[in-house]
Amino acid sequence: MTYLAKPKFHHPSLPKNALGYTRRDYEAATSTLCAGCGHDSISAAIIEAAFEMAIEPHRVAKISGIGCSSKTPTYFLGASHGFNSVHGRMPSVLTGANLANRDLIYLGISGDGDSASIGFGQFAHALRRGVNMTYIVENNGVYGLTKGQFSATADRGSKSKKGVVNTDNAIDLVAMALQLGATFVARSFSGDKRQLVPIIKAALAHRGAAFIDVISPCIAFNNHPGSTKSLDYVRAHNEAVNALDIMIGREAITVDYEPGEVVEVTQHDGSVLTLRKLNEDYDASDRVAAMNFLQQEAAKGRIVTGLLYVDGDADDLHRHFNTVATPLNQLNEPELCPGSKALDKINAGLR
Amino acid sequence: MPLTAVNDFVIRFANVNGSGSASANEMFARAIMRMGIPMSPRNVFPSNIQGLPTWYEVRVTEAGHLGARGGTDIMVAMNPQTYNADVAAVEPDGYLIYDSTRAMPPGKPRTDIHLIGIPLTAICNKEYSDPRQRQLFKNIICIGALAALLDMDITELEKLVGEQYRTKEKLIQPNIHALHLGHAYAKANFKCPIGLRLQRSDKVGDRILIEGNAAAALGAVYGGATVCAWYPITPSSSVAENFTKFCGKHRHDPATGEARYAIVQAEDEIASIGMVVGAAWNGARAFTATSGPGISLMQELFGFAYFAEIPSVIIDVQRAGPSTGMPTRTQQCDLINCAYASHGDTKHILLLPEDAAEAFEFTAGAFDYADRLQTPVFVLLDLDIGMNHRLCRPLQWDDARRYDRGKVMTAADLEAGKDFGRYTDVDGDAIPFRTYPGTHPTKGGYFTRGTSHDARARYSEEGVDYVEGMQRLLRKHDTAKGILPRPLRRDADKPTRFGVIYYGSTAPAMHEAAEILTARGHTLDLMRVRAFPFHQDVASFVSDHDFVFVVEQNRDAQLRSLIVNELDIDPVRLVPILHYDGTSITARFISGAISDRLDALKVTPLRKAMS
Ligand SMILES: Cc1ncc(C[n+]2csc(CCOP(=O)(O)OP(=O)(O)O)c2C)c(N)n1
Ligand code: SF4
Ligand SMILES: [Mg+2]
Repeated sequence: MTYLAKPKFHHPSLPKNALGYTRRDYEAATSTLCAGCGHDSISAAIIEAAFEMAIEPHRVAKISGIGCSSKTPTYFLGASHGFNSVHGRMPSVLTGANLANRDLIYLGISGDGDSASIGFGQFAHALRRGVNMTYIVENNGVYGLTKGQFSATADRGSKSKKGVVNTDNAIDLVAMALQLGATFVARSFSGDKRQLVPIIKAALAHRGAAFIDVISPCIAFNNHPGSTKSLDYVRAHNEAVNALDIMIGREAITVDYEPGEVVEVTQHDGSVLTLRKLNEDYDASDRVAAMNFLQQEAAKGRIVTGLLYVDGDADDLHRHFNTVATPLNQLNEPELCPGSKALDKINAGLR
Repeated sequence: MPLTAVNDFVIRFANVNGSGSASANEMFARAIMRMGIPMSPRNVFPSNIQGLPTWYEVRVTEAGHLGARGGTDIMVAMNPQTYNADVAAVEPDGYLIYDSTRAMPPGKPRTDIHLIGIPLTAICNKEYSDPRQRQLFKNIICIGALAALLDMDITELEKLVGEQYRTKEKLIQPNIHALHLGHAYAKANFKCPIGLRLQRSDKVGDRILIEGNAAAALGAVYGGATVCAWYPITPSSSVAENFTKFCGKHRHDPATGEARYAIVQAEDEIASIGMVVGAAWNGARAFTATSGPGISLMQELFGFAYFAEIPSVIIDVQRAGPSTGMPTRTQQCDLINCAYASHGDTKHILLLPEDAAEAFEFTAGAFDYADRLQTPVFVLLDLDIGMNHRLCRPLQWDDARRYDRGKVMTAADLEAGKDFGRYTDVDGDAIPFRTYPGTHPTKGGYFTRGTSHDARARYSEEGVDYVEGMQRLLRKHDTAKGILPRPLRRDADKPTRFGVIYYGSTAPAMHEAAEILTARGHTLDLMRVRAFPFHQDVASFVSDHDFVFVVEQNRDAQLRSLIVNELDIDPVRLVPILHYDGTSITARFISGAISDRLDALKVTPLRKAMS
């Protein structure tokens, strides 16, 4: 395997975004994942979201752990800085990076093995600290890269390709994220681009810890009849709570559906999330209700997707620390070094 | 005959933790310093004995020997639980000071030491009714009595009380009163001073008294660290705690009050080093502070930072291992684990400060070395330096000094058409350029990974790319040798076939041992190693001598192994002198051990033996 650069051929008629970039400018090296892997669809959704939002690619730091899922930052946003860290440690690396420069957009990419097994602790702590980031788990219920062992999100009773039945309880990362205080929690499906792209956009616009669990079938090891993360199973059991539109900036919102079905959430940066409710009792601003709803539907064997919880007034770690507006990595001697006079005083106090 | 000496003795306080003794003891030590007499205090605090006994030892040393001496001349036995052991520890003809209010605990009385019973509890109970006051003032009364017994200038104690309670003025007079209660009792009931006593001197000079961990934390503040991620562990926690304290004072925007730093108490050491690596990758100066068990947990990311070339600073305050070992005891036992941390072929930069002053300098410098060399840098302190107050030269900072941020390509550089290859050696020093993420819209982006990569940061499993990268990392270490603090060599007046190599907290004991050995007619050349990889001078030093003693505080002669391994030296020529029972190494131990070996070696000089 080597690095494959895609030819950058710009057709004059390719659509451009507000920055004058085409979709191509958000693409990167050709994927080396299995053809049909759900992870590639997620990469495509990230490209689409970043393009539509007219994000400057170089202002994005994409950080991942280890796994097929964690390889994907090589395959989107080629002009961004990427960091393929070690297994399960993306959250801490991202936290540190975020502390160093609060002005970049942090996109964390992980897998279910990466986040629910080896990195379960770091997953939890990054969320509870409120690190300003978009944390995506590309959840296939298996260890793809190490060839098909069960992961901790595999449902109890589900069958591996080799016929082994999983007897351990599954970790629902969405339920965990709600409990841990993530201020944006969503679930989607790699095969549902219409739902996934707006969710990613909304998460990127969210200030605070945004978590998205994306069910992403593994074609090689987890797309057989016994699996609860296969394409067919997810399609049959998907229960979408809402459909999401996102407006960046405060332009007039045109809605073409019945007002009674629409909820708007305004975020810090002025972006407006318009939630078209599909499920009448669903209220995305109520954390406790979201947790209950999730459990009730899970008991019925349904996989709830959509934006499950959002706090438009969320804070982030920098707010908690009251750090200066200038990114810490841009501070120099005048701001950082107290100088010799202060040291003389310190010395004098130590005699 | 009772022991007699002026400004040269060891006094040890046996206390119960949390009884308010710590500040009283510290005041006692400081008063000696204020009298111009060098002294060296040490805390001894076992981590797992019921009732939490603690000992505080002060070595009073006109000659300025700041290493531990060993033995106790005066025991202030205030902990009934350890009383018998404490009595047994007094040197023959030494002194035992105890609370004579109640009968002494049963045990074999010693007839070879001098007993000084002071009814501390009785004095207290007569004077104070509040139980808390009784407890606190008992310690102060005791210090007052000691002042009389040792001929200490009580005005120095009074001044210290005034300084300590500057903001709580109501407490000043009662404390001074308590001092005088003890002082008067001792004067009235004993012949003062006793044989061991103090006399004003001028040997302290402008030196300061500071803990190594506090000095390292200050070094991080002065060195420009903005991100600290840590997980509590003895004996390193006070590095992060002091960093927090100093940042609180010196690192807030005066106009807005906002913080110019971020400190995270992480969920564990893996997360700590992950945050450091992430922050450093993103251009902030970042560090963590930990001890051996934390170093073990951080291994995978050390290897990552080495291979992906990310500057990071790790302060390791060493304690006795393996495993939990003796968590409150000192050792120099993490050298090899840090030098070669992580799987695969790795090698890291180590800095080996001897005291608090160097802890400050080396920690501040570590951020320059890390940025310049784009690799992890370990500052190896130990409990003896880190958690004890030690006299050292004042901390110094040159205001003209600029941070060396290393080779960072800016947007202007990229715009001007400079070619950027993240792992390309353009200058022949094996150090490539890096960019901070977000620098330029179209140039300077690269992918950071722990998988093998070519000179332009592209994923590659080609053998040539891998080998080229690994060779460059080796060459980068050669570059490091010229940048890091050099070893310090101190030759004897006469030529000698014998040398000694030592490092870190062993220094004061080694210097004292060298005096003892010289007095016994042994001449030795000394070299204090201050960094790894070793400077060429280390190899020259070894080749200049037939035998070199390598003095260190671990079982396996770790520095010696590094020298043998890295400099390809015949192990026979490096004689290990090892002290690793968890106590601070002493001059008595070193001089004894080297004398013994010298006697043996002198029988058959190497050149003869080999010819
Ligand atoms: C410390 C460590 N242990 C084990 C591995 C081997 N390993 C690589 S990827 C992986 C599992 C990845 O699973 P997941 O995060 O679900 O990613 P997927 O491949 O399914 O997308 C494992 C166990 C490793 N790289 N590092
Ligand atoms: S093994 Fe599974 S997860 Fe990995 S690339 Fe193939 S389909 Fe995707
Ligand atoms: Mg997986």
